[in-house]
Amino acid sequence: MAVDTAPVAGNAAPPQARAPRRQFTLPGGSVISTFLVLFLVIASFSVEGFASTRNAGFLLLDVVAVALIALPLTLIVVTGEIDLSVASVVGLSSAVMGKLWFAGLSLQTIIPLCLVLGAVLGAVNGLLVTRLGLPSLAVTIGTLALYRGLAFVVLGDQAVADFPREWTRWAIGSIGGTGIPNAVLPLLVLIAVTAVLLHATPIGRSLYAMGNSEDAARFSGIDVGRTKLWLFVAAGVVSALGGVFWTLRYGSARADNASGLELQVIAAILLGGVSIFGGSGGLLGVLAGALLLASVRNALQLVNVPSDVLNIVTGVLLIVAVVAPQVAAGVRTRTRARPR
Amino acid sequence: MANGMPTTEPGSVVLALENVSKSFGAIAALRGARLELRAGEAHALVGENGAGKSTLVKILAGVHGPDSGRVLLDGRPVTLDSPAAARAAGIAVIYQEPTLFPDLSVAENIFMGRQPLTGGRRIDRKELAARCQALFERLGVRMDPERPARGLSIADQQMVEIAKALSFDARVLVMDEPTAALSGVEVERLFTVARALRASGAAVLFISHRFDEVFGLCDRITVMRDGQWVSTDATVDLTVEQVVRRMVGRDVAELFPKQDVTAGDVVLEVRGLTRRGVFTDVSFDVRAGEIVALAGLVGAGRSEVMRAVFGVDRYDAGTVQVEGKRLKGGSPAAAMAAGMALVPEDRRQQGLVMELSVERNATLTRRWELSRLGWLSARRERDAAAEWSTKLQVKAGRMSDPVSTLSGGNQQKVVLAKWLSTRPTVLVVDEPTRGIDVGTKAEVHRLLSQLAADGLAVVMVSSELPEVLGMADRVLVMHEGRLAADIPRARADESSVMLAATGQTARPAQVAS
Repeated sequence: MAVDTAPVAGNAAPPQARAPRRQFTLPGGSVISTFLVLFLVIASFSVEGFASTRNAGFLLLDVVAVALIALPLTLIVVTGEIDLSVASVVGLSSAVMGKLWFAGLSLQTIIPLCLVLGAVLGAVNGLLVTRLGLPSLAVTIGTLALYRGLAFVVLGDQAVADFPREWTRWAIGSIGGTGIPNAVLPLLVLIAVTAVLLHATPIGRSLYAMGNSEDAARFSGIDVGRTKLWLFVAAGVVSALGGVFWTLRYGSARADNASGLELQVIAAILLGGVSIFGGSGGLLGVLAGALLLASVRNALQLVNVPSDVLNIVTGVLLIVAVVAPQVAAGVRTRTRARPR
Repeated sequence: MANGMPTTEPGSVVLALENVSKSFGAIAALRGARLELRAGEAHALVGENGAGKSTLVKILAGVHGPDSGRVLLDGRPVTLDSPAAARAAGIAVIYQEPTLFPDLSVAENIFMGRQPLTGGRRIDRKELAARCQALFERLGVRMDPERPARGLSIADQQMVEIAKALSFDARVLVMDEPTAALSGVEVERLFTVARALRASGAAVLFISHRFDEVFGLCDRITVMRDGQWVSTDATVDLTVEQVVRRMVGRDVAELFPKQDVTAGDVVLEVRGLTRRGVFTDVSFDVRAGEIVALAGLVGAGRSEVMRAVFGVDRYDAGTVQVEGKRLKGGSPAAAMAAGMALVPEDRRQQGLVMELSVERNATLTRRWELSRLGWLSARRERDAAAEWSTKLQVKAGRMSDPVSTLSGGNQQKVVLAKWLSTRPTVLVVDEPTRGIDVGTKAEVHRLLSQLAADGLAVVMVSSELPEVLGMADRVLVMHEGRLAADIPRARADESSVMLAATGQTARPAQVAS
């Protein structure tokens, strides 16, 4: 059947389909990228040892886990939800890995099991949020405590540390002596996949739509519940993978591994310009945010700032990340509303 | 406070706006606007969307200050620099959807901040209820002052706002599209109250897109266009055509141009649809080429039925078939795949993602269709969006601008583009012309008529009786969750539809089945 319609009224101007300014950039990262470059330049000149190859390698190694977990969590925050349990999933995955290794299983068996565990933990979050309609903030505060608790049930306060040398060496090694950690390669692949998913697929479009207006998304035929459920599952799997990497990198499976890491991940995402209310932001900004956060912490460590202070800095940056856009918007509206 | 209302002589000018201008950034919302309200008159303010009516109301309400020009109260200049100042000047504004405190009682809402106190500085509940009751008696409204505001219909909420205005001894009552969410009986009740206020000497400023109401209630009509005053005349000296021409600055051929079409096969078949407590046993057919209107009072369950048909809401019993294929309940995606499209009631909440760009909104329903191997290129999106916005003549600056920057009528066109581009076989439109200007309204009507002529099956939910009677081949009338009547075009008139909508007829024999 033909729904073709000729122009309806005679005198309305057709819309101008002017070429948009940006063709292929990941939106939302320009401010934070500028800050990142500025900080890197300043720190290179003023902090001794910051710009060395060796330090850059350590810095990147620090970024890997944060950036990895930030990938699925960015998607979740874009839809207007949050997952605070990611670091606890890292811990539980690490503890289970240690327990199973201690029980004599091979890593080839253990790692897939850990990922399945992550999927289940993520699905629990997702089902509580989408089926029971509970706020994700409340649900994942609960599972943050629950999963961490389970990690201690599994492993107590022991540490399992006798993982095979070739695995742990890979985890801290660098590509051909360049200082760039091995783990960066698979991370880049995941970044590319996530960036395409968020910015160049129908699914990405639906994430922004539901983050801005869940109602309008549902009326457009988007299955909001199912989409969110899969995002939580993805966050679980990726966090479990983060647990495996964390364990190998430090050569030690412990129940308290990656405690408080969720704070850094969320800080990176918000610093990167993703709105905590959902619906805006991009992946490039998040990666810049993760790098900036890690660089600041790294530079402060180099000048011997105690680790407690590092958390203070992370906290302050988090608040700045949330407050800055509000202040900017406030200034904008005030200047606009001012009478001539 | 007992004898309340105004002391001004009838016919004298209470409030006047002279040469008022107001700009927001580069956009001039008002340019030398004027308005004159006399005591004891109901005065209509009409104009297309974007004509500056809302800005003018906000100036009266003390929300915006004018850049230049004067506001005169009883001939003396006043400064309305805050809502409190406007209230002190005796100006009250009733909005389309009032915002009351849901958990406080009706009386507490009315006397918020001014509750009568007992000797011990505690709220005197008896006195509070008595004062509230006195206000309701003056308005002829029956409502329990002690009940919480939660659950009041929009019409009742407006009554509470009017009672509040009365308690402030308001002399100027501004009603900004108060009837948009009301129907039939509720509108009549509001008008009775408005007439009573007018008779007591207050000036009522009435803003509406509905001409039957404007002409039925108001003594004088002021027309605005592009932020400027066009004319003020006594209603008796005007015709609807004259007013429309002044509003749009050109002739509008016909308001409701439905072409005659021979209906084809049944495309949409709804049988025994029931959602407990909302609607019961709703059955109807829609044929290709037909426009079927779903009429009824607000709350009769019209939108709810169509939401369930489309799958946004679940239903407890019944079936929905499109071209003979039964739809899975509760899945808009399934309805879309079967060829159904729904232009929802609430454009801002349901129809569009206001923060996203025009092009993203226009292609949201087609995001899979436009992608190749899962890759959705921005260029294809833009081309597809441009194609449909050109067809529907959407007036937008850049396609990459947020859709919230468009006027109401153009936003509605984007919603239509978003759904027509899916090439549906069944199109459901819920209040397709609510709150859009008269020019765009005619365009939408012509579009729907043409789509039906091309073989689309159209279901139109509408609270505007002239629209229903002008557009529909058949009128289905709902009353309290049930289908009360199925009236063919030839027998549909105001009285037959209103009688069925108010449940005053026995269920008539089904004509078409």
